[in-house]
Amino acid sequence: MGSITLKNVRKAFGEVEVIPGVDLEINDGEFVVFVGPSGCGKSTLLRLIAGLEDVTGGQIQIDGKDVTDAGPAKRGLAMVFQSYALYPHMSVRKNIAFPLKMAKMSEAEQEKRVSHAAKILNLDSYLDRKPGQLSGGQRQRVAIGRAIVREPSAFLFDEPLSNLDAALRVNMRVEISELHNNLKTTMIYVTHDQVEAMTMADKIVVLRAGNVEQVGSPMELYAKPRNRFVGGFIGSPNMNFLEGAAAAAHGAHAIGVRPEHWQLSTTEGAFPGKVGVAEHLGSDTFLHIQLNDGTPIIARAEGEFPVHHGDNIWLTPQDGRVYKFDKQGLAL
Amino acid sequence: MATRQTQSLARLMRAPAIILLLIWMIVPLAMTLYYSFLNYNLLNPANTSWARFFNYQYFYTDPAFWASIWNTLVLVLGVLSITVIGGIGIAMLIDKPIFGQGIVRILVISPFFVMPPVAALIWKNMIMHPSYGVFADLAKFLGMQPVDWFAQYPLFSIILIVAWQWLPFATLILLTALQSLDGEQMEAAEMDGAPAVQRFIHLTLPHMARAITVVILIQTIFLLGVYAEILVTTNGGPGNASTNLTFLIYRAARLNFDIGGAAAGGIIAVVLANIVAIFLMRAVGKNLD
Repeated sequence: MGSITLKNVRKAFGEVEVIPGVDLEINDGEFVVFVGPSGCGKSTLLRLIAGLEDVTGGQIQIDGKDVTDAGPAKRGLAMVFQSYALYPHMSVRKNIAFPLKMAKMSEAEQEKRVSHAAKILNLDSYLDRKPGQLSGGQRQRVAIGRAIVREPSAFLFDEPLSNLDAALRVNMRVEISELHNNLKTTMIYVTHDQVEAMTMADKIVVLRAGNVEQVGSPMELYAKPRNRFVGGFIGSPNMNFLEGAAAAAHGAHAIGVRPEHWQLSTTEGAFPGKVGVAEHLGSDTFLHIQLNDGTPIIARAEGEFPVHHGDNIWLTPQDGRVYKFDKQGLAL
Repeated sequence: MATRQTQSLARLMRAPAIILLLIWMIVPLAMTLYYSFLNYNLLNPANTSWARFFNYQYFYTDPAFWASIWNTLVLVLGVLSITVIGGIGIAMLIDKPIFGQGIVRILVISPFFVMPPVAALIWKNMIMHPSYGVFADLAKFLGMQPVDWFAQYPLFSIILIVAWQWLPFATLILLTALQSLDGEQMEAAEMDGAPAVQRFIHLTLPHMARAITVVILIQTIFLLGVYAEILVTTNGGPGNASTNLTFLIYRAARLNFDIGGAAAGGIIAVVLANIVAIFLMRAVGKNLD
């Protein structure tokens, strides 16, 4: 079991209020991703849940039990750190067995659980190596193994993939998702990478300056961003925003159109502009366009779109794909 | 080709320094070796003759010899254990952020700047003196008989003084090691359910192993030659109770004017120090890979 409830959780470091008050409900078995730009307090929120930081106010409940003042070990959570935080002088086997040893588990049970975890994570042949002799991806797996063996009520991941190269990151993303499907344990995952958030999460929590901007499934956030910030943050490349006359025509202060929601034409359309850099990827073409009024726009065309630097181009938003925002940035 | 040239050039360039060091070391060693085979007493320098192994036999059969070896051993091990254990403790204390951290750290390190004879004299006359030392005042305040430290516990007193001098060194080295300990590892261990003592045993100690090795190696080299502290406090006494090997050699050379005997003692000390060094390097050098 691993349902976690935050009730008006606040955190201040001295005078600086990092988290002004967060209410959040995480259900058992959910994969929740905290996402937001650097310094938005997402890691702090995770550390508050882990018990590595003391809350300034509010309450944290795990399975309905108040754990606000409980130490990290008492909460039954396991954490995977950004730096992996493996114990460098212990072999992989001892690293993974460490929490079990601390729990005074019998040697036989330790051995059983370690080999089980090693099998899940393909670490069988590395058990007697030291962390220093492993690659980044293998270290990552050891860190996950150390978390798995405790059979925690929830896993906490603190930007676990940020130290890996791009290809490995994609692999590990799939592996962690796979792991979640096998274990069906609650996972809380912190990242600044919205692609990780979109691909892995059951539920995304978008944070900005310690405030929860929106909570919802990836598709909900994509289709119905609550405000301009969420609209701009979710989706890659970022949403394009237009203000002034173009927005007024839609009865809004600003409108947002995602790069994939433009109709492109070399002859006619709503907004004329000039093509800047064109990135031809084969499957897609990303066009960096400067509208005649100076607004920079990124548009995605499926497949090959044969334009070059300096060509004239006309953009038209697809029907029903225009996001409208008022002066405060809230969605209309 | 270029590399080979650079290598031979490099060899040429460092040759003068190495040769100088070699002469610096070899000449005194050779002279000591030469003297150790002579009957050579400063009270009668004209009557110098070939002694073969007599000096060695004489030094070795001196009843003070084994006592001095034992004292050297006790002194080294005593100081090492006090400085390493105390150093770990103090390093862990001043590693925590506290008010006035800068001043506290300077105070902790300051004994290292006091030269050995001065430190020993301060301890002798102001701290351990049986009538007006701080310890005596303390004992009287508690209604106890003041202890005459240098008469009753001569070797222990010297261990205390030397340990006081070397504690800052150990603390400094161990503190830097402690500061390089990864905070996330500690947090991970905390999440893994390891209480403070277990974290110390399984994380902090192994992390500091290398620094502890360095402290032991460097201190052993210096502690084998402790001399000034003994000279200004107990003068090796009472009897031979606080005479170590270095001091025994000093006594032979400067009190008995027996250059031959002292040289033989010096050679024995060099041999013993090398034996210790080999074992030490073997035993703890594994941590230094």
